Parts: sequence; structure tokens; C-alpha cells
Amino acid sequence: MHLTHESDAFMTDLAEPLTPSARNASQGDGAPATSKKDWATDQEVRWCPGCGDYSILTAVQMLMPELAAKREDTVFVSGIGCSSRFPYYMNTYGMHSIHGRAPAIATGLAVSRPDLHVWVITGDGDALSIGGNHLLHALRRNVNLTIILFNNQIYGLTKGQYSPTSETGKVTKSTPFGSLDQPYNPVSLALGAEASFVARTHDMDRKHMMETFKAAYEHRGAALVEVYQNCNVFNDGAFEAILSKDARPNMLIPLRHGEAIRFGPQGEHGVVLEDGQAKVVEVAEVGEEALLVHDAHRVDPTLAFALSRLSTGVTSPTPIGVFRAVERPDYGSLVNTQVADARRAKGPGDLAKLLTSGPTWTVG
Amino acid sequence: MTDIKRSAVRVIDVDRAVIRFAGDSGDGMQLTGDRFTNSSALFGNDLSTLPDFPAEIRAPAGTLAGVSAFQVHISDHDILTPGDHPNVLVAMNPAALKANLADLHPSGTVIVNSDSFDERSLHKAGYAANPLVDGSLDGYTVFEVPMTSLTLEAVKPSGTKPRDAERSKNFFALGLISWLYARPQEPTLEWISQRFSKTPMVAEANTLAFKAGWNFGETAELFPNTYEVKPAPLPAGTYTNISGNTALAWGLIAAAQLAGLKLFLGSYPITPASDILHELSKHKNFDVTTVQAEDEIAGIGAAIGAAYGGALGVTTTSGPGVDLKTESIGLAVNLEIPLIIVDIQRGGPSTGLPTKTEQADLLQVIHGRHGEAPVPVVAARTPGDCFYAAIEAVRIAVKYRTPVFLLSDGYLANGAEPWPVPDVASLPKIDPNFATAPNHVDADGNESFWPYLRDSETLARPWAVPGTPGLTHRIGGLEKADGSGSVSYDPANHDLMSRVRVAKIAGISKDVAAAEVDDPSGDATLVVLGWGSTYGAIAAGARRVRQRGLKVAHIHLSHLHPFPANLGDLLRSYERVLVPELNLGQLVKLVRAEYLVDAKPLTKMYGKPFQAEEIETAILEALDQPVEP
Repeated sequence: MHLTHESDAFMTDLAEPLTPSARNASQGDGAPATSKKDWATDQEVRWCPGCGDYSILTAVQMLMPELAAKREDTVFVSGIGCSSRFPYYMNTYGMHSIHGRAPAIATGLAVSRPDLHVWVITGDGDALSIGGNHLLHALRRNVNLTIILFNNQIYGLTKGQYSPTSETGKVTKSTPFGSLDQPYNPVSLALGAEASFVARTHDMDRKHMMETFKAAYEHRGAALVEVYQNCNVFNDGAFEAILSKDARPNMLIPLRHGEAIRFGPQGEHGVVLEDGQAKVVEVAEVGEEALLVHDAHRVDPTLAFALSRLSTGVTSPTPIGVFRAVERPDYGSLVNTQVADARRAKGPGDLAKLLTSGPTWTVG
Repeated sequence: MTDIKRSAVRVIDVDRAVIRFAGDSGDGMQLTGDRFTNSSALFGNDLSTLPDFPAEIRAPAGTLAGVSAFQVHISDHDILTPGDHPNVLVAMNPAALKANLADLHPSGTVIVNSDSFDERSLHKAGYAANPLVDGSLDGYTVFEVPMTSLTLEAVKPSGTKPRDAERSKNFFALGLISWLYARPQEPTLEWISQRFSKTPMVAEANTLAFKAGWNFGETAELFPNTYEVKPAPLPAGTYTNISGNTALAWGLIAAAQLAGLKLFLGSYPITPASDILHELSKHKNFDVTTVQAEDEIAGIGAAIGAAYGGALGVTTTSGPGVDLKTESIGLAVNLEIPLIIVDIQRGGPSTGLPTKTEQADLLQVIHGRHGEAPVPVVAARTPGDCFYAAIEAVRIAVKYRTPVFLLSDGYLANGAEPWPVPDVASLPKIDPNFATAPNHVDADGNESFWPYLRDSETLARPWAVPGTPGLTHRIGGLEKADGSGSVSYDPANHDLMSRVRVAKIAGISKDVAAAEVDDPSGDATLVVLGWGSTYGAIAAGARRVRQRGLKVAHIHLSHLHPFPANLGDLLRSYERVLVPELNLGQLVKLVRAEYLVDAKPLTKMYGKPFQAEEIETAILEALDQPVEP
């Protein structure tokens, strides 16, 4: 069975607002109320029909009015790849940059313009292969960015080579005898880089996407959201084992801060910590009190990392939701505080004084 | 006091002197040269410097590879180069003597630290016999001074341990040479007390060593005379001694102020450009943001992001970094946003000669991108000119919404000269001219913003920064439709946009100062065409030729792409064109291709600047004149 996207429906219907307060027009600093169509551009969306990217675009376009965001204060920066066409479809400021470099470009923008909300749209090849270094450093520095990583485990735009998240043994055009590479787990990678916010969602659940994107948006600092996204042309069904309607209850482990981690149609499965390792158990066998209570705010990332290792591929029960959300000063604030402190201490720069700050002498 | 003692030795007036301090890379020769330079600057000499050091922080001690040298030329008149041949060579060890002796003037003076001429050090330097005794220095005036032991003795009162005390011997050398050239003591003593204020013992040791060196000169009766180089009659004004990298950093700060923009530097450390990052990092109160990025690509990426946000985006690097930034520069060409890429050239290819100078990136910065991707190129000619070159690069970048290459090199970066401090009020303002309103009405009568609707005169597109209501737009590396800026694969549109981008940059030639020719007689038949840091050597070489009663003209380019509009006519008005470059013939190719002139190259790849006499010789040969001293 192939996954099919309800793309048409996604493109037309409107979601329930996530919170009552988000329902109405002007809020916060008086941003005028917007609707989903205000956030769409006149550009024809050119992803393949049935692509998971459509549902992610819809989720973001529907979320923006709820966030009471201003279009002119919003910037989408992307790299190269199918997902990176995203900025063309958002009626905001945007830059479709070059392969892998979006986190670097977005760093310069976010640091120099703390008044903006900067999103990074990237994919598994863009963020983890050619741009891996930039992603690590944006996370390490905690640049105030909302990073949406579309993970479809394949190179789509170049027509079907394996990616750094493709499973070992994958047969593609560039690996006719099967790939030999060990894949990355993007959540583990982000946690290893000490990201302050790390989450996972998937393209089959708009509500979960919107909740997760909203949490990422509201996080000050670098927020990385991995989105399992189906490429129905080059890697169709990659997530079928966990994302098909029938599979989801038993294969998706929702993480909710402060709640015991359990899943299954009746909540019959759960997660415990055993020898420092997260493990799926039957609640009936271990008892409710043995279950691990999720703590996304825990400063030490060990627990979040253990959860990220629960599934080593997308064929066994896999956690979704917010793995980690901790407070840490964002890089731009630190940088700008240093500038402000220098101006306070030394006064705004006096050019004439600077030019004569070394030893000088006068002739004539 | 001092004057009475001084009367014991004869004072000889000289119009100029070239002194080279050479030692092990751990001996502090750069600092010694730098201090001597500063006190000479304060004394009022004109000067020019040439630091020459190895890439290794501490190459094996005592070896030729580890020799670090600093040459300074001081004079009572205006000079253009650090000098071809030192009059005085200070050699702190045998390796320093061996590595530098060949450059010494035939009647030059050698002052050696005789303590270091033991068998082991001689062997390390590759000397089979001691040059101090085997006659190989015959013809030079040689002074053997036991600097190490004299320093150890002198600094005893400071309580410094012998191992540390020995490190003050460069100040002994500085004191001795300061005495020999009648430099004022105060600036150096003041500097020592400030620089080492947190380590009083070191400050005292260095002070004692400096004074001991000075006193040694005065009392040892070793030196028959001292030299006096009187102040140079420079044009009236306030002067400071400035290096190229400092001038460049200050120029960027000035340009940002002139444009009213926040200065944002994204950079990755690389020799010989890092000092610009260091300098700018000090001046955050000028609304300067510096980000030391994870790599060269991120450095320029961050600068592009900041430029999109309305800052003056700058990235600084050297050749290897330019290689890495190239794809991003192509993006900036397509985005058509202001951006400054500073390339402090060094010897290449690959890691090449990190600490040595070269001009071999010219073709790279003009042509080194895929596609038709024109980028203006501005080059500085002297350390002080780096200030103005930076402002000019920013003016072009902002006015034409384009990345601009600003070229300097290792010689300008680390070299220094007295610099007349400009009147800040006289510097021209730069108008960022941000877009504030929609510029287009669509078919339905709605106002909209077209990011690629151009100014009819400059062909520059509007700079609309995020946060501006009503001007939301998307840009990127894909080809844009003329005007609307939407993605376009239309063949005719690509042809048009390619030509427009090229025409925009070509049009800058009308907006830059015309090339000036230095041709005092007005009827020279040979013109020497140079660019960048060869300015001093070419101008000095031309002067020498003219002193022989011969005629030669000199054109020096600051704008390498596009060339000034009058350059072709100028070159064609001469029978012969000679193009000296520290590469294997790059500008010469460009002018031959552009103007069909039969220009001839003069090339050198030594990692060192041209000497004035090399230029003089080449001019004489080009004029079919005998080359005699």
C-alpha cells in the first residue's frame, strides 16, 4: 500500500485554531489578522503531485495566522533541494540560497536582525550532507532559528540517489548494489550538537505538525524539527511501516512533557529506562509507575538522546514530539548584548578618535 | 649627560637608512622592528616596512627555516619602498646571518649577537666554519656584540630568571640600534611600561635590556659614529603609522558610518587576513558585529544573510578562502546585494606560502566563477591606501547592489607607513537608498514590489530589507524574470539578464576616477602599468630611471574590473607598455585582450615585493638602455 496524501483537502480546508486565544484577529503587538491565503504567493507550487511537501506547506501557512506573525517580519531561508523551493510559496521575505548554506546565511540575518523571525527550510541532503557543518554550528551557537528539516531519506531533485538518512543497503541509482553508509539519525545528531530544541513530526498529521512547529516557533534559540516526509516518486512508502493509518497507534510514540511515555491503541505499550537505555515494554508487565516520564526541559540531554535511539530505523516504534526544549541564551542576543555593552562603556564610535588612536605626530 | 657622551662619536647625517632585524622566529624580531618603526614615525621620518616571517609559529630554533626578519626604511624625504638592500643587518644568530647576508648593501654593516655563534648554532645554520672568523664577511663592517650575556647581566636587578631574562635580548638590540640612529627613547620605554603593565618584572627586564643596549653603544667605543636621519618634510597634517590591515579595517568602519549601516563581518581566521578580524572585533561600539564562523563558506554566508537584512556585509580572507567562498559569491551576484569580499593575497596555489606576498589571485577574482558572473574589483596600492580602497569598494557595492572584491596582499597587510589622518568630515557619504514603497502596479491595479526593477542609469535593483511592510519578496540563486524577479527558465530572459548583469558592472567604469598617468615630461614612449602593492617599487624604479635623464610613464590601477573608461586610449598612446606583477602575467593578459595593445610582462614569484632596482632594470631594458649602476 502506498501512502496517499489528502493534498486537496489540505490545500483548502482550515484547521481548528490550536488555542482559543489564537482565534481572533489582532493580538500581541497589534498584527492585523491574517488568513492562510495571505501567506500564499501567486507562484504555482511545483512539487510532484502527492508529495509530502504540500502538507507541510499547508501546515505552515495555516499556522502563521494563529501565531499572529507579520509577513514583513518573517523570513524563510532555504538551501537546495525539493524542500528548499518552500520560500517561493510563502508570501514573506525569503531566500532560496545555495546547497547546504541556509543555516549560515540565516545566522547572519538572525544575528544582525533580532527583530525578524527567521525560518530555515532544509532537507536531509541539504542539512546533513553538504551543509552538515553549518547545521551543527547553528545548533551549537543556539542561533534564533526555526529549522524545519524535511527528511524523505532520498535525493529527490537530483532524481533518486541515496541520502545520509537512507537505510543501509538501499538500492538507488547511485547504489545499484546497495548503499554501504550508516545513516544519520537527525534527532540524535541535533542532540549531540547540544541543540536547545529538538522535535520530530510527520507529514501525515497536520495537527501534530502545527503543534510541533508552533512549539518550535515559540522557542527562543535554535529549534530543529525533523519532519518525516514521503517522496512518492523516488522513495515512496519509506515511512509506511510506522505512518500508515493502521500502523501509527502501535508505531508512533508521542512524547509529551511531564507525561509517562506510552502508546498503543489502549496505551498498552510504554517506555522505560533500563541500564541507561530507553526500551519499549508492555505496561501490563512492568506497571504504570515504572514508565519513563518525559522531561523535555531537562538540561542534561542524556534522556532525550536515549529516546532518540529507541528506533534505529523507521520500522520499529518511533518517538514523535518534542524531545528537548531547554532555555539557553540565543546567540544573537549574546552578540547584540556585547555590542550594546561596548557602546554603553565606550560611547558610540567616534571615527576621528579611532583614526588617531595610535601614536600620532603633527607636521607643519 | 647624553650629549656630552655622544660627542665622543661622530654623527653622520644620512638622507635614508635601511635596517633589517633578523633572528629566530622566537626572538621577537617583528616586535623589535615594529617598535623601531614607531619611534621613527614619531620622530618624523618617512618610512616603509617589510616584515618577512615564516608560516610556522616556532620553526625549529636556529634553522634557516625559522628565521624571521623585519626590514624598515627610514628617510628624510618621501620614499616608496622598504628599500632594496639593508645598510645595517642585525643578526641574532648564525641562521639569521646566513639567510639575510646576500641582501646586504656591499658596504653594509653587520651587527651580530656573538654569543649565539657557537658550534652547534653554526652547524644548525649550515655553516662549516664560523663566518665571523673565516673571512667571509670581509668588506662589510662587522660588530660582534655579546648580546645574550650582556642582557643577562643587565636584567639581573629585575630578579628575572636567566631563562626568561634571555628573552629580553631583542630589547637590547633595539636599544643599540636606537642609539645608533639617534631614535628617541621615550616612545619605546612608554610602550614597554604599558604593554607589560601586568607583568612588572618583564617590563623592568625589557627596560633594563633596552637601556643596556643604548648604553652599550654609547660607552663601548666600538662604534666610530652614529647616524642621523632627519625628519622628512611631509605635507602638513596629523600623521599616524599604519599597517595595511589596520587601515583596511578602519576603512570598513568609516564606510559603514558614511553609509549609516551596521557593519557585519563574517570571517574565518586565515593568514594574512586575520588581523582585520581582530581589529574589527575590538570596535563593537561602532555598531560592528563580528562572527568568527565555522568555516570560510559560513563566513560569507553570514555576511550575505546580514546584507539581505540591510547591514554592510563583509567577509575577509585570503586565496584559499576565496576558493571556498566562490559559490557563495556567485549567489551574491545573482541576488544583486551589496557585499564586500576582502582578499589579502598570499603565495599560492593551495596552502602555498601563507606568510609571503603575491598578486596571483587577480584572474580568479575577476573570472573565477561559473556562469557569467561579473564582480567589480578594487585594489589597494599602499598600506594607507587600504583605508580609501575599502571606502571605494563599499561605495560601489552599495550603489550598484553587487558583491565587490577588495584586493590587498601580505606585503600591504603587514607593511606600514606614515599616514596622514584624513579629516573625517571630508569623506563622502554613501547613500544606501533602501526601497520603502511598492514600485509596480499589477494588471489588477494592485501595488506590488518588483525586486528586479532596475534604476535606469545604474541598472542597480532596489535593496528592500525584511521588516519593510508591503515589500515582501523572494530572491535566490535561480534565474529571475526581468523586473518581477520570479523564477524564470525563459531562454530570452536568461540571455537578457546575463547581459544586464554584465552591463551593470561594466557601466561602473564611467563612475570611477579616470586612470592617471605619471609622465612628468609628457612625451615618454614607455608606460609602466601596475596595480596593487607594486605601486611603491614601480614609482621608485621610474624615479631612478628619470634621474638618469630618461623618460618613462607610470599608470597605476585601483580599479581592475571594470577598468577606468580612459585606460585603453591611455595605453594606446604609448609605444610600449610594461606590466610588472607578482604573478606570471595576469593583468597583462587582460589589457592585451581588452585593448589589443602589445603589453609585455615583468613577473616575479619570490613571495617578496619587487625591488625598485628590478623595476629600474626592466625599464632600462625596455628602453634599450645599458643597465649600469
